[in-house]
Amino acid sequence: MSSEKPHRTFSLPVLGDVSRRTAMKAVGATIGVAAFGRAILPLAELKDRVTLQEFLQKHYKELTPQEKATIFERLESETKAQYGAAVSIRDPPPIPGVRFGYAINLSVCNGNGRCAEACHRENNHDRATSQSYIRIFEMPRGTMDLEKGRSTYDHVVPAPDSFYLPVQCFQCENPPCVSVCPVEATWQEPDGIVVVDYNWCIGCRYCQAACPYHARRFNWQQPEVPADEINPDQGYLSNRIRPQGAMEKCHFCLHRTREGRLPACLEACPTGARIFGNLLDPESEIRWVLANKRVFVLKEELGTRPTLFYFFD
Amino acid sequence: MTTLPHTPGPKPTHWVSYPRFIWQSLVLATDGSFMFYAWMTLLTAVALVGANAWAHQVAHGMIVTNMTDHVSWGLYIANFTFAVGVAAGGVMMVIPAYLYHDRRMHDVVILGELLAIAAIVMCLLFVTVDLGRPDRFWHIIPGLGRFNFPVSMLTWDVIVLNGYLLLNLHICGYLLYIRYLGRTPDPRWYVPFIMISIVWAISIHTVTAFLYSGLGGRPFWNSALLAPRFLASAFVSGPAFLIITMLVITRVAGSAKMDFKGPTRTLIQIVRITILINLLMVASELFTEFYTGSAHVAHARYLFFGLHGYHGLVPWIWTAILCNVAAAVLFLHPAIMRSVRWLVVACVLAFIGVWIEKGMGLIIPGFIPSTLHEIVEYAPSLTEWKITAGIWAFGLMIYTVALKIALPIFRGDVNFSRR
Repeated sequence: MSSEKPHRTFSLPVLGDVSRRTAMKAVGATIGVAAFGRAILPLAELKDRVTLQEFLQKHYKELTPQEKATIFERLESETKAQYGAAVSIRDPPPIPGVRFGYAINLSVCNGNGRCAEACHRENNHDRATSQSYIRIFEMPRGTMDLEKGRSTYDHVVPAPDSFYLPVQCFQCENPPCVSVCPVEATWQEPDGIVVVDYNWCIGCRYCQAACPYHARRFNWQQPEVPADEINPDQGYLSNRIRPQGAMEKCHFCLHRTREGRLPACLEACPTGARIFGNLLDPESEIRWVLANKRVFVLKEELGTRPTLFYFFD
Repeated sequence: MTTLPHTPGPKPTHWVSYPRFIWQSLVLATDGSFMFYAWMTLLTAVALVGANAWAHQVAHGMIVTNMTDHVSWGLYIANFTFAVGVAAGGVMMVIPAYLYHDRRMHDVVILGELLAIAAIVMCLLFVTVDLGRPDRFWHIIPGLGRFNFPVSMLTWDVIVLNGYLLLNLHICGYLLYIRYLGRTPDPRWYVPFIMISIVWAISIHTVTAFLYSGLGGRPFWNSALLAPRFLASAFVSGPAFLIITMLVITRVAGSAKMDFKGPTRTLIQIVRITILINLLMVASELFTEFYTGSAHVAHARYLFFGLHGYHGLVPWIWTAILCNVAAAVLFLHPAIMRSVRWLVVACVLAFIGVWIEKGMGLIIPGFIPSTLHEIVEYAPSLTEWKITAGIWAFGLMIYTVALKIALPIFRGDVNFSRR
């Protein structure tokens, strides 16, 4: 083929005469392909976790009720197989005329951390990493500069001359995380809650870069929860066990709050610092707080319009 | 192959000549000296190590990287950003060749266009290995998945990067095929695409900068100067790589019938300007940050001097500054036009300087301190280094093979009639 000097040739069945160089190329290519196959062999471990149904699953908003039921059943049996726990996955819809709001009284909060623990258990977070959607900052009095706060305090609370600032997803009205998602895997529901379709997220983590409040968490590996600690009361868009490689975040416990119950963090709070309710209901406690307390939000200048408010008495 | 009549008969159709062109390319791509085989074997080995590390990462989760919820992008996105710059930098050969009709640049401009192809493939790979769920890749394909266009800047990046890849594949493929046939390229079939590709090259790096600068919650990136800075540094790193490429080709393949002297001189003159513009913009950003001294300066302070006892990136950024300043001095010195050795040193310094400045020196400090002002440091894990090295090796393989095909065809050593 090439215009070089004639090569030594030898005969092969079917192919006929081939040059030595061509034969060597074929051998090299074969070894290369085989080596590539061997190199990516670890992918075979995925075959139980990434089934064909999983692979072909459509976006949440495109699913019919029938398809949803099939998917929930599949996820339940996968949880049974992988974690040994019997769970039930539901998908409570947003309630018309409801827009959720949250307020935290920083004069009362004493940093005891029960809310973060309750979130950890309610939402089936990975046990080893003590993951939670809530982080509490111990702040020295006289500043709102988070750089002076610490989220890793480990002593009797409240510490003198400190106040405590619990931070979780603020369910912004203008959420930067939703805008940046390239595949619409995260969106805002009519009741204001920003949710993630854990089975649609591609794990690019752009939303994590965009969120100004460190509200999003990534599943760097498959979460581990002992079977007897798994909360079996699960929502598809909320606390079901999340798959490896997908993003997650606080969802105001929508599997509870959309059915008239309170968020787990509020129920666990021993100080009464947390107030949750419907922003559209003029009679609600949250509306009373907004009307009568001097509330503020974090990083208001960014224009994200959080629906979780803070106030001091 | 079957024998075709050598006597001038009816012109063979593309059905005959195009497969022959592909076959000839395959032969050219796989024929070479001992050094060529050694080089390709080395690259293959590194690429395979990277593929293996990536397979482990997909199976066991991104936990094998050192990224965290605090520093959620690392070495992959750093290299992605840099590689976009290299791809865009190739246009610095195209502009003199086609807008200023620099005859000698025109003869070798294909080097820049092929570099763009290899660099864009690297970009796409760096994004893919950064995905937690690469199996859900199809969700981002327009029409098939849900493409959040035009709101998400990442969808813009998907369009401009793939568009740039297609443009350059067409331009290179067309020119090589026509040269192979021994005909003169029809300007209608490539000049419009070249003109589009010039604008497009600017767009890929602008959009990539907008990915970061559009985030209000990340003050270190939230600067209008980011896109111009990206372009200026791209026009340093791209030409620096091309100058070295031309020196290597001259060394290993001989420059017979290809004049690299003029184009090298032009690229040096370009870098003399762009490297200064880049340094000016870096200085301008740093002045604004440090003189104002607002809370925004925390990232820059961490990067350059360390913050609250954390100094992880300080050695990186001072290495980058030293490389960039030294490269600028060398490029401005008249000796650079005469001494190949100093030219190589200057190009390598500039390349490394921009690689750090735009990668570890730009992506990582955006996350440190975090949005809630916590400091969690980051240094890439062994897996991340393996995968990154693998992608670089694969990119170099593509570029090597592309040059192996293109150079003999452009020199006229190989064509359709002379078999």
